[in-house]
Amino acid sequence: MSAPIIELDGVSKRFVKPLDAAEKVANLFGAGLAEKMVHAVDAVSLTIAEGEVVGLVGESGCGKSTLGRIVAGILEPSAGAVSYKSRRTETLASAERRAAQLAVQMIFQDPMASLNPRRRVVEIIGEAPVVHGLVPASDMDAYVCEMMGRVGLDPGARRRYPHQFSGGQRARIGIARALAVKPQVLVCDESTAALDVSIQAQVLNLFMKLREEFRLTYLFVSHDLGVVQHISDRVAVMYLGRIVELSPTDEIFRAPNHPYTQALLDEVPRLEAKKKRFSALKGEIPSPLHPPSGCHFHPRCPFAFERCPVERPVLKEIAPGRFSACHLNDGPQPRPGKVFSDGEAVAA
Amino acid sequence: MTPPILTVRDLVVTFGTREGVLTAVNGVSFDLYLGEVLGLVGESGSGKSVTGLAILGLIDPPGQIARGSITLDGAELIGKPEEELRALRGKRLAMIFQDPMTTLNPVLRIDTQMIEAIQAHERVSGKAARERARQALARVGIPSPEERLDAYPHQFSGGMRQRVAIAIALLHRPAVLVADEPTTALDVTIQAQILAEVQSLAAETGTAMLWITHDLSVIAGFADRIAVMYAGRIVETGSVVDVLETPIHPYTAGLIGSVPSRNKRGVPLAQIPGMTPSLAKLPPGCPFSPRCPRATVTCRTTMPAETPFAGARMARCHHPLTGEPLAA
Ligand SMILES: Nc1ncnc2c1ncn2[C@@H]1O[C@H](COP(=O)(O)OP(=O)(O)OP(=O)(O)O)[C@@H](O)[C@H]1O
Ligand SMILES: Nc1ncnc2c1ncn2[C@@H]1O[C@H](COP(=O)(O)OP(=O)(O)OP(=O)(O)O)[C@@H](O)[C@H]1O
Ligand code: SF4
Ligand code: SF4
Ligand SMILES: [Mg+2]
Ligand SMILES: [Mg+2]
Repeated sequence: MSAPIIELDGVSKRFVKPLDAAEKVANLFGAGLAEKMVHAVDAVSLTIAEGEVVGLVGESGCGKSTLGRIVAGILEPSAGAVSYKSRRTETLASAERRAAQLAVQMIFQDPMASLNPRRRVVEIIGEAPVVHGLVPASDMDAYVCEMMGRVGLDPGARRRYPHQFSGGQRARIGIARALAVKPQVLVCDESTAALDVSIQAQVLNLFMKLREEFRLTYLFVSHDLGVVQHISDRVAVMYLGRIVELSPTDEIFRAPNHPYTQALLDEVPRLEAKKKRFSALKGEIPSPLHPPSGCHFHPRCPFAFERCPVERPVLKEIAPGRFSACHLNDGPQPRPGKVFSDGEAVAA
Repeated sequence: MTPPILTVRDLVVTFGTREGVLTAVNGVSFDLYLGEVLGLVGESGSGKSVTGLAILGLIDPPGQIARGSITLDGAELIGKPEEELRALRGKRLAMIFQDPMTTLNPVLRIDTQMIEAIQAHERVSGKAARERARQALARVGIPSPEERLDAYPHQFSGGMRQRVAIAIALLHRPAVLVADEPTTALDVTIQAQILAEVQSLAAETGTAMLWITHDLSVIAGFADRIAVMYAGRIVETGSVVDVLETPIHPYTAGLIGSVPSRNKRGVPLAQIPGMTPSLAKLPPGCPFSPRCPRATVTCRTTMPAETPFAGARMARCHHPLTGEPLAA
């Protein structure tokens, strides 16, 4: 395996909402209101090798974008350390730090919010590469046209503003902007969700080509398991701020270990033209404001036992290169075979 | 048969841009019936969102509806005064926007926005409205809804914002719902919950839906009929089963072939060759002809007309992949 390019060591991110004035007054009278805290990322350790594609999946609100922002250096972790090429980013001198930030680019989940509405697309894509000396100013226009063409955008539209594009076109402006500074690591946050499948294929093929040509590394956040399966070398599964399973793609899809992963993979939609009745989730949806004790998954887990609500399972190596955070792996309970979406377990 | 709740006829929407006048929607027609889900799929930039916005009367200058008719319950919407449209929007007609921040105001708390949306069309107390808002959040799977109500949009994750926008659109049980990529940022379990919620709404109130999405697996399990757009036009319509299993139009076939689960891992995905045409300078004849494996001279010179096929299907193609066009 090649050298690590990104290392996260016990990284956490907490968002705290302080009490407002009325709540503070209420507390004077003994209301006992506490600050609301979301533990968006909870002690995550993850090493990404150069040229690797790590898929990151998990329920909406489990902390994927927050983790992505920390990797991209946009958010400071509340605890833990981030290293880029084996050097802790908080120890880098400012010039080196800027270089590291340029090398790790993020493609944001919400393109409209990340594109300046008052700049033309040619400036949005072309400005950073010129400022950082990657292309001379005189070549900016041609460079932008090339970048737009690569993501399937019509270069003739480069003088337009972001609002004059469709949703999927805007998403591709965000992709072109990130690629334009020739990054070494790309954090893709639902980057192809707004694209039709043919253009999605074009963009994913482009990502794969860049990986081969320049050994680009990807942290690929997506709820689309078909895409994740296609593109990733390894898959990390998050649940309420924690990584609960991390394994090579083929193995995790063939034999998921963690009960949450099993439930998640059971839901993969198929292209079957058959009118279905969709059903709501079984079990209460956990709140990151009040995460369940011990194993966060225990209220919904069909295999939960005495130990689960009291002790947090650690992410342990269960087979070479495979990690899972579930007490069942300690035995003596029999390993679950497969979980069906109605929560019933059957032996393997 | 009951008349359709919504009809769209020969809709044309144009935008003035630096590159010239661009026809984003070019002669789109369809009907929507009570309780029906029409899935609208197609190329990125083909005019799906603009079609939805036109139905809600939300095309702003320099864009304009150049031609066509849109009726709701038999009454024409195009040209209706803005006040009357505003009374319909959010009530009889609702839209879930592709970008949830179109619905949400970044500087207002979620509860303020939801209470406002409720009180815009109903006389209820602030307290009752807040309770309704709380329930609406719970129904779209937001945990601890009570505590989440006083948050601001930026404190929510992408999928949570999307769910708030969905909750607002469903508040008044609209007759027609235009849902523009409503579940793109949602994982499969929460997506299933939202679709269940919407299905029960359709069953209870007969809400008809135009469901715009790139996710063919959602369409496959959720829609009744499907319409495929390419470069401003609907190029194929039919039942979901027919269109996904035996597409008539080569663009539809190319789209289905690009789904990752139909491709082998590690090898490049199948993609439709060539580039999306620029709407400002479309080729003559069939707009798909520069990319189509079946294109002939006829295709390059003559625009294929909307042609009916057996099984209540329609396609615009000179050389259909399956089926014989019905004689007019
Ligand atoms: N700036 C913030 N202030 C307060 N809470 C925040 C902030 N940003 C995120 N959160 C909270 O952190 C949690 C994780 O959010 P995050 O955006 O990382 O989720 P996600 O996994 O990307 O979800 P999605 O799939 O819906 O995009 C959520 O509960 C969210 O409400
Ligand atoms: N305000 C505008 N000014 C100029 N052109 C516009 C404007 N809004 C949309 N367009 C153009 O109209 C075409 C249709 O846009 P629309 O948003 O309907 O596409 P879409 O089918 O929804 O695509 P996507 O799947 O990417 O969201 C696009 O080519 C877009 O560039
Ligand atoms: S630790 Fe217990 S509750 Fe958690 S996933 Fe494993 S069995 Fe289920
Ligand atoms: S009309 Fe011709 S070019 Fe157009 S889709 Fe049909 S075969 Fe292809
Ligand atoms: Mg996110
Ligand atoms: Mg759109």
